[in-house]
Amino acid sequence: MSLTKTERTIIVSMWAKISTQADTIGTETLERLFLSYPQTKTYFPHFDLHPGSAQLRAHGSKVVAAVGDAAKNIDNIGAALTKLSELHAYVLRVDPVNFKLLSHCLLVTLAARFPADFTAEAHAAWDKFLSVVSSVLTEKYR
Amino acid sequence: MGHFTEEDKATITSLWGKVNVEDAGGETLGRLLVVYPWTQRFFDSFGNLSSASAVMGNPKVKAHGKKVLTSLGDAIKNLDDLKGTFAQLSELHCDKLHVDPENFRLLGNVLVTVLAIHFGKEFTPEVQASWQKMVAGVASALSSRYH
Repeated sequence: MSLTKTERTIIVSMWAKISTQADTIGTETLERLFLSYPQTKTYFPHFDLHPGSAQLRAHGSKVVAAVGDAAKNIDNIGAALTKLSELHAYVLRVDPVNFKLLSHCLLVTLAARFPADFTAEAHAAWDKFLSVVSSVLTEKYR
Repeated sequence: MGHFTEEDKATITSLWGKVNVEDAGGETLGRLLVVYPWTQRFFDSFGNLSSASAVMGNPKVKAHGKKVLTSLGDAIKNLDDLKGTFAQLSELHCDKLHVDPENFRLLGNVLVTVLAIHFGKEFTPEVQASWQKMVAGVASALSSRYH
Protein backbone atom coordinates (compact mmCIF):
# COMPACT_ATOMS: atom_id res chain seq x y z
CA MET A 1 0.00 0.00 0.00
CA SER A 2 1.50 3.35 -0.97
CA LEU A 3 0.19 6.89 -0.79
CA THR A 4 -0.94 8.70 -3.93
CA LYS A 5 0.28 12.21 -4.73
CA THR A 6 -3.08 13.66 -3.68
CA GLU A 7 -2.99 11.82 -0.38
CA ARG A 8 0.54 13.05 0.34
CA THR A 9 -0.50 16.63 -0.39
CA ILE A 10 -3.43 16.34 2.01
CA ILE A 11 -1.25 14.94 4.81
CA VAL A 12 1.53 17.47 4.39
CA SER A 13 -0.78 20.47 4.28
CA MET A 14 -2.77 19.31 7.29
CA TRP A 15 0.44 18.59 9.16
CA ALA A 16 1.38 22.24 8.84
CA LYS A 17 -1.77 23.11 10.81
CA ILE A 18 -1.42 20.24 13.26
CA SER A 19 2.17 20.98 14.20
CA THR A 20 1.11 24.19 15.95
CA GLN A 21 -0.93 22.09 18.42
CA ALA A 22 1.29 19.01 18.35
CA ASP A 23 1.81 18.60 22.09
CA THR A 24 -1.80 18.93 23.14
CA ILE A 25 -2.88 16.69 20.28
CA GLY A 26 -0.49 14.02 21.53
CA THR A 27 -1.75 14.24 25.09
CA GLU A 28 -5.39 14.15 24.01
CA THR A 29 -4.76 11.15 21.74
CA LEU A 30 -3.27 9.17 24.61
CA GLU A 31 -6.09 10.18 26.98
CA ARG A 32 -8.59 8.90 24.43
CA LEU A 33 -6.63 5.69 24.01
CA PHE A 34 -6.42 4.88 27.72
CA LEU A 35 -10.08 5.72 28.39
CA SER A 36 -11.60 3.91 25.41
CA TYR A 37 -9.18 0.97 25.44
CA PRO A 38 -8.08 0.47 29.05
CA GLN A 39 -6.08 -2.63 28.12
CA THR A 40 -3.53 -0.34 26.43
CA LYS A 41 -2.52 0.91 29.87
CA THR A 42 -0.77 -2.43 30.41
CA TYR A 43 2.14 -1.05 28.40
CA PHE A 44 2.61 1.80 30.87
CA PRO A 45 2.77 0.38 34.40
CA HIS A 46 5.64 2.77 35.06
CA PHE A 47 3.68 5.89 34.12
CA ASP A 48 1.43 8.24 36.02
CA LEU A 49 -1.52 8.21 33.63
CA HIS A 50 -3.71 10.82 35.30
CA PRO A 51 -4.85 13.58 32.93
CA GLY A 52 -2.32 16.41 33.16
CA SER A 53 0.57 14.17 34.16
CA ALA A 54 3.96 15.33 32.92
CA GLN A 55 4.77 11.84 31.68
CA LEU A 56 1.59 11.74 29.62
CA ARG A 57 2.39 15.09 28.06
CA ALA A 58 5.98 14.12 27.30
CA HIS A 59 4.96 10.83 25.77
CA GLY A 60 2.16 12.38 23.74
CA SER A 61 4.65 14.85 22.28
CA LYS A 62 6.98 12.02 21.34
CA VAL A 63 4.23 10.12 19.54
CA VAL A 64 3.02 13.11 17.54
CA ALA A 65 6.60 14.16 16.73
CA ALA A 66 7.14 10.73 15.21
CA VAL A 67 3.98 11.10 13.12
CA GLY A 68 5.37 14.47 12.07
CA ASP A 69 8.66 12.87 11.01
CA ALA A 70 6.70 10.48 8.84
CA ALA A 71 4.73 13.39 7.34
CA LYS A 72 7.88 15.40 6.68
CA ASN A 73 9.47 12.40 4.98
CA ILE A 74 6.33 11.14 3.36
CA ASP A 75 8.17 9.89 0.29
CA ASN A 76 10.22 7.52 2.39
CA ILE A 77 8.54 6.78 5.69
CA GLY A 78 10.47 3.52 6.06
CA ALA A 79 13.80 5.32 6.15
CA ALA A 80 12.56 8.05 8.47
CA LEU A 81 11.24 5.58 11.07
CA THR A 82 13.93 2.86 10.94
CA LYS A 83 15.07 3.40 14.53
CA LEU A 84 11.51 3.49 15.85
CA SER A 85 10.71 0.35 13.89
CA GLU A 86 13.60 -1.46 15.57
CA LEU A 87 12.60 -0.11 18.96
CA HIS A 88 9.07 -1.46 18.61
CA ALA A 89 10.23 -4.84 17.29
CA TYR A 90 13.00 -5.63 19.74
CA VAL A 91 12.29 -3.59 22.86
CA LEU A 92 8.70 -2.39 23.15
CA ARG A 93 7.02 -5.29 21.34
CA VAL A 94 3.60 -3.64 21.45
CA ASP A 95 1.06 -6.07 20.01
CA PRO A 96 0.24 -4.94 16.45
CA VAL A 97 -3.48 -4.63 17.19
CA ASN A 98 -2.72 -1.55 19.29
CA PHE A 99 -1.48 0.50 16.34
CA LYS A 100 -5.02 0.49 14.96
CA LEU A 101 -6.37 1.66 18.31
CA LEU A 102 -3.87 4.51 18.62
CA SER A 103 -4.40 5.52 14.97
CA HIS A 104 -8.16 5.67 15.54
CA CYS A 105 -7.72 7.87 18.62
CA LEU A 106 -5.40 10.21 16.74
CA LEU A 107 -7.94 10.45 13.90
CA VAL A 108 -10.72 11.25 16.37
CA THR A 109 -8.54 13.95 17.96
CA LEU A 110 -7.83 15.51 14.56
CA ALA A 111 -11.49 15.26 13.54
CA ALA A 112 -12.60 17.04 16.71
CA ARG A 113 -10.01 19.83 16.35
CA PHE A 114 -10.07 20.34 12.57
CA PRO A 115 -13.64 19.50 11.53
CA ALA A 116 -13.63 21.68 8.43
CA ASP A 117 -10.42 20.10 7.14
CA PHE A 118 -11.46 16.55 7.94
CA THR A 119 -13.39 15.88 4.75
CA ALA A 120 -14.11 12.32 3.63
CA GLU A 121 -11.06 12.54 1.38
CA ALA A 122 -8.84 13.78 4.20
CA HIS A 123 -10.24 11.10 6.51
CA ALA A 124 -9.30 8.45 3.96
CA ALA A 125 -5.82 9.91 3.45
CA TRP A 126 -5.08 10.03 7.18
CA ASP A 127 -6.41 6.54 7.83
CA LYS A 128 -4.19 5.23 5.05
CA PHE A 129 -1.16 7.27 6.14
CA LEU A 130 -1.39 6.03 9.73
CA SER A 131 -1.83 2.52 8.40
CA VAL A 132 1.42 2.89 6.46
CA VAL A 133 3.17 4.25 9.57
CA SER A 134 1.86 1.28 11.59
CA SER A 135 3.13 -1.15 8.94
CA VAL A 136 6.58 0.40 9.07
CA LEU A 137 6.64 0.15 12.85
CA THR A 138 5.71 -3.53 12.82
CA GLU A 139 7.65 -4.67 9.77
CA LYS A 140 10.58 -6.07 11.77
CA TYR A 141 8.44 -7.94 14.30
CA ARG A 142 9.24 -11.32 12.80
CA MET B 1 -20.22 -7.57 25.89
CA GLY B 2 -19.52 -4.40 27.85
CA HIS B 3 -21.68 -3.10 30.67
CA PHE B 4 -23.15 0.39 30.40
CA THR B 5 -22.99 2.48 33.55
CA GLU B 6 -25.75 5.02 34.21
CA GLU B 7 -23.24 7.65 33.18
CA ASP B 8 -22.56 5.89 29.87
CA LYS B 9 -26.29 5.73 29.15
CA ALA B 10 -26.79 9.40 29.99
CA THR B 11 -23.82 10.43 27.84
CA ILE B 12 -24.92 8.36 24.87
CA THR B 13 -28.57 9.38 25.06
CA SER B 14 -27.96 13.09 25.47
CA LEU B 15 -25.49 13.28 22.58
CA TRP B 16 -27.76 11.24 20.34
CA GLY B 17 -30.58 13.67 21.03
CA LYS B 18 -28.60 16.34 19.23
CA VAL B 19 -27.75 14.25 16.17
CA ASN B 20 -29.51 14.77 12.84
CA VAL B 21 -29.91 11.11 11.93
CA GLU B 22 -30.40 11.76 8.23
CA ASP B 23 -27.24 13.86 7.83
CA ALA B 24 -25.13 11.72 10.14
CA GLY B 25 -26.32 8.55 8.42
CA GLY B 26 -25.28 9.68 4.98
CA GLU B 27 -22.01 11.01 6.33
CA THR B 28 -21.20 7.80 8.20
CA LEU B 29 -22.04 5.32 5.47
CA GLY B 30 -20.45 7.55 2.85
CA ARG B 31 -17.20 7.79 4.76
CA LEU B 32 -17.15 4.01 5.29
CA LEU B 33 -17.31 3.53 1.52
CA VAL B 34 -14.64 6.19 0.89
CA VAL B 35 -12.17 5.34 3.66
CA TYR B 36 -12.54 1.55 3.24
CA PRO B 37 -13.42 1.18 -0.44
CA TRP B 38 -13.64 -2.61 -0.28
CA THR B 39 -16.87 -2.15 1.68
CA GLN B 40 -18.43 -1.05 -1.60
CA ARG B 41 -18.70 -4.75 -2.38
CA PHE B 42 -22.11 -4.79 -0.68
CA PHE B 43 -23.53 -1.94 -2.70
CA ASP B 44 -23.27 -2.81 -6.40
CA SER B 45 -26.79 -1.53 -6.94
CA PHE B 46 -26.05 1.94 -5.55
CA GLY B 47 -24.82 3.49 -8.80
CA ASN B 48 -21.96 5.97 -8.92
CA LEU B 49 -19.39 5.39 -6.16
CA SER B 50 -16.40 6.31 -8.28
CA SER B 51 -15.06 9.23 -6.24
CA ALA B 52 -15.34 10.67 -2.74
CA SER B 53 -17.72 13.37 -3.93
CA ALA B 54 -19.80 10.85 -5.91
CA VAL B 55 -20.16 8.68 -2.82
CA MET B 56 -20.94 11.49 -0.41
CA GLY B 57 -23.55 12.93 -2.78
CA ASN B 58 -25.13 9.61 -3.76
CA PRO B 59 -28.83 9.61 -2.75
CA LYS B 60 -28.91 5.83 -2.21
CA VAL B 61 -25.98 6.10 0.18
CA LYS B 62 -27.75 8.84 2.12
CA ALA B 63 -30.99 6.88 2.29
CA HIS B 64 -29.33 3.70 3.42
CA GLY B 65 -27.16 5.54 5.91
CA LYS B 66 -30.29 7.01 7.45
CA LYS B 67 -31.80 3.53 7.73
CA VAL B 68 -28.74 2.19 9.51
CA LEU B 69 -28.49 5.03 12.00
CA THR B 70 -32.23 4.96 12.69
CA SER B 71 -31.76 1.35 13.74
CA LEU B 72 -28.89 2.42 15.96
CA GLY B 73 -31.16 5.01 17.53
CA ASP B 74 -33.59 2.22 18.44
CA ALA B 75 -30.73 0.36 20.10
CA ILE B 76 -29.91 3.38 22.23
CA LYS B 77 -33.32 3.04 23.85
CA ASN B 78 -32.46 -0.56 24.77
CA LEU B 79 -28.86 -0.45 25.86
CA ASP B 80 -29.40 -3.20 28.42
CA ASP B 81 -30.57 -5.65 25.80
CA LEU B 82 -28.66 -5.04 22.59
CA LYS B 83 -28.58 -8.76 21.81
CA GLY B 84 -32.36 -8.99 21.93
CA THR B 85 -32.81 -5.77 20.01
CA PHE B 86 -30.55 -6.91 17.17
CA ALA B 87 -31.37 -10.64 17.07
CA GLN B 88 -33.33 -10.50 13.84
CA LEU B 89 -30.98 -8.03 12.17
CA SER B 90 -28.11 -10.31 13.14
CA GLU B 91 -29.69 -13.24 11.34
CA LEU B 92 -30.39 -11.03 8.35
CA HIS B 93 -26.79 -9.82 8.13
CA CYS B 94 -25.53 -13.41 8.33
CA ASP B 95 -28.00 -15.38 6.25
CA LYS B 96 -29.17 -12.89 3.65
CA LEU B 97 -26.66 -10.07 3.48
CA HIS B 98 -23.49 -12.15 4.15
CA VAL B 99 -21.70 -9.27 5.83
CA ASP B 100 -18.40 -9.96 7.58
CA PRO B 101 -18.82 -8.66 11.17
CA GLU B 102 -15.53 -6.82 10.81
CA ASN B 103 -17.57 -4.29 8.85
CA PHE B 104 -19.63 -3.49 11.96
CA ARG B 105 -16.43 -2.55 13.76
CA LEU B 106 -15.34 -0.33 10.87
CA LEU B 107 -18.73 1.40 10.65
CA GLY B 108 -18.79 1.96 14.41
CA ASN B 109 -15.44 3.71 14.33
CA VAL B 110 -16.47 5.84 11.36
CA LEU B 111 -19.57 6.89 13.32
CA VAL B 112 -17.38 7.85 16.29
CA THR B 113 -15.25 9.97 13.94
CA VAL B 114 -18.33 11.67 12.47
CA LEU B 115 -19.54 12.48 15.99
CA ALA B 116 -16.12 13.99 16.76
CA ILE B 117 -16.32 16.20 13.67
CA HIS B 118 -19.81 17.30 14.59
CA PHE B 119 -19.36 17.89 18.30
CA GLY B 120 -15.70 18.95 18.47
CA LYS B 121 -14.58 19.80 21.98
CA GLU B 122 -17.80 18.39 23.43
CA PHE B 123 -16.69 14.96 22.18
CA THR B 124 -14.27 14.58 25.07
CA PRO B 125 -12.19 11.45 25.73
CA GLU B 126 -14.83 10.44 28.32
CA VAL B 127 -17.69 10.85 25.87
CA GLN B 128 -15.76 8.92 23.24
CA ALA B 129 -15.18 6.06 25.70
CA SER B 130 -18.94 5.68 26.27
CA TRP B 131 -19.54 5.70 22.54
CA GLN B 132 -16.81 3.14 21.86
CA LYS B 133 -18.65 0.87 24.32
CA MET B 134 -21.85 1.59 22.42
CA VAL B 135 -20.51 0.72 18.97
CA ALA B 136 -18.67 -2.32 20.32
CA GLY B 137 -21.91 -3.51 21.91
CA VAL B 138 -23.82 -3.05 18.67
CA ALA B 139 -21.14 -4.86 16.65
CA SER B 140 -21.19 -7.71 19.12
CA ALA B 141 -25.01 -7.94 19.12
CA LEU B 142 -25.14 -7.88 15.32
CA SER B 143 -22.74 -10.79 15.11
CA SER B 144 -24.29 -12.80 17.94
CA ARG B 145 -26.54 -14.90 15.68
CA TYR B 146 -23.88 -15.73 13.11
CA HIS B 147 -23.37 -19.39 12.42
